[in-house]
Amino acid sequence: MDFAFTDEQRQLQREVRAWLAANYPLDRDWDAEDDRWQELAELGWLGGAELSFVEEAILFEETGYALYPGPFLGTIGFAFHKLGPDDREAVATGEVKWSAEWRGLTPWLGSVDKVIDEDGNAQEARGTELPTVDPSRPLGRLEHSNGTPVPGGRDIPRARAAMAAEALGVAQRALELGIAHATTREQFGKPIGVYQAVSHALADTYADIELARSLVYWAAWSVAEDDEQAAVAAAAAKAFAAEAAVKACERSIQVHGGIGFTWEHSLHRYYKRALWLEGFGARPAKLRAEVADALLGVTVGV
Amino acid sequence: MDLRDRPDEAEFRAELRAWIEANLPEDRRGWRGGEQRFGDDFGREWSRKLYDAGYAGLTWPKEYGGAAAPYSYQAIFYEEMALAQAPAHVGVIGLGMAGPTIIAHGTDAQKEAHLAKILSAEEIWCQGFSEPDAGSDLAAARTRAERKGDVYVLNGQKVWSSFAHIADFCILVTLSDPSAPRYKGLTYLIVDMHAPGVEVRPLRQITGEAEFNEIFFTDVEVPVSNRLGEEGEGWQVAMTTLLHERGTLGFALTAALDVSVGRLVANAREHGNGDGGVRERVAQEWIELQALRYTNYRSLGTLERTGVPGPEGSAIKLRWSEQNQRLTKLGRELLGAEGILDDGWWHYQQLRSRGNTIEAGTSEVLRNIVAERVLGLPRSR
Repeated sequence: MDFAFTDEQRQLQREVRAWLAANYPLDRDWDAEDDRWQELAELGWLGGAELSFVEEAILFEETGYALYPGPFLGTIGFAFHKLGPDDREAVATGEVKWSAEWRGLTPWLGSVDKVIDEDGNAQEARGTELPTVDPSRPLGRLEHSNGTPVPGGRDIPRARAAMAAEALGVAQRALELGIAHATTREQFGKPIGVYQAVSHALADTYADIELARSLVYWAAWSVAEDDEQAAVAAAAAKAFAAEAAVKACERSIQVHGGIGFTWEHSLHRYYKRALWLEGFGARPAKLRAEVADALLGVTVGV
Repeated sequence: MDLRDRPDEAEFRAELRAWIEANLPEDRRGWRGGEQRFGDDFGREWSRKLYDAGYAGLTWPKEYGGAAAPYSYQAIFYEEMALAQAPAHVGVIGLGMAGPTIIAHGTDAQKEAHLAKILSAEEIWCQGFSEPDAGSDLAAARTRAERKGDVYVLNGQKVWSSFAHIADFCILVTLSDPSAPRYKGLTYLIVDMHAPGVEVRPLRQITGEAEFNEIFFTDVEVPVSNRLGEEGEGWQVAMTTLLHERGTLGFALTAALDVSVGRLVANAREHGNGDGGVRERVAQEWIELQALRYTNYRSLGTLERTGVPGPEGSAIKLRWSEQNQRLTKLGRELLGAEGILDDGWWHYQQLRSRGNTIEAGTSEVLRNIVAERVLGLPRSR
């Protein structure tokens, strides 16, 4: 057994983080974001580089860490791997963006071209956009027509593992913001990170994140290898990582004090992404119920 | 990244599984730990069998009686032992703490005298670190070691010492120079528990059992040749011991948790299966178990690559202890009104779990360690 990234995967992680940091800094204009989609195609992230899902999980983690705005999760996490060769080609070149419908909600409905609906059919992306907890990740109600079947439909474990990886990146950034603030902000003559009421909250966040990280990479590997535990691993990872991200943001807001509650600070954007990831597709309680079905057997009539 | 066993690992796992099947009596499976470890001779006999079969000290160097196997073999060993609900080797302090410290700091004579006997359970070891006024603050140890010629004369008291009542030797942190600055006056000794002047008093804990003890030292003479490291360098030697305690502990803890989660699932099937809330809580415990399991694997991956366990390992004991407290409570709760009976398992485990957030580093100290050494926050002291 070897549960470590290869040198190439570590290199990929460094490059992805550097590219995102350069193009999506925290002091950017959040109201005028560009998804740089053609650049993603050129980087090979849209299928061109033929990355394994372990590597794609690195991309999802990093796009969560940077709060990347475009429909990368929808296109690559929800759709790409179920598409036929022609559709994949159109994704890889950056021509066509995809999303998928879950429980009546379709992310990025207004900015993608195609959607895999809940019956596994490809639809044109038409419908009504709705106000959403995370304004950078709009949701809409898809207008259904007959559509064309996508072989295999939506890939639920892959989509969940991808969202779990994003949540991991969100949590990690929230923790780092909290550490930076606790190290520099002084009250009563000392940096506030000296006080255990502050430092222990961050230590608990760290523990949450490391456990989440283990589940996310386990799920990523299981999905990449089509392992028999992929479905349960992905359900476990999404439930745990999304809750970890929400808690990480809430603790970080608290550690920041008043500034953490302002629109001006970027923390609320991470918090809203975390809430979105926790809720979209299946909530943690639903995912745990699925894990329980696998462990305890399905009960009837309860 | 490949979470499957390599061919050699798979072979080791298969051999081990067959060996346990052939050697572990059915009625010795599912030990609940605690006093059962001391109650009869089976513990030592079983440990001796593990040693004879080459399963004790898997990662120790060959020259000291180990198998020099990769760390992953140790992980597989714990997993298979948990799967079979097999009792652990009784010499946990010797294997996990005293042995590695002797390997790192011991003289050739000390290695020769002790290492093989630790592996074979001929010698049981205990640890003398905590004192009534030095718990989390180990550097405040006051048990005196006065140098007189070629012996140290010991006077003082240690506490919370597991296995001391059956132990042959103790790894002891003493104060050899009260005038030295903090951290500089400590000396680390190997003490013969059968020497004159050593008195052990079992401490009864909330389970009603006595797993740990007070140790009183009255004019106990310890040869200078029993010193580990130099005089005044006891703090550095003690840090080696604690590093090993935390480094190798994760897999053992997770293995024990694996058994408990298995029992929790069985308990829920019998008692709580129609209750969606109960099912969800059981699922959460299973999920956290997997999270700890794979965190061990990640830490192991770092250990194999760099020789040092990854920082994520520091979260394992903290989260394991809290999980064990939570899930044993759930196990008792699932029994309904009968959960207040002593059922022979959950009753004991739930009470015993209250020690988990205190022993081997309190949760408060572990959070300090994470905050200061992993997150780089300013020191609180």
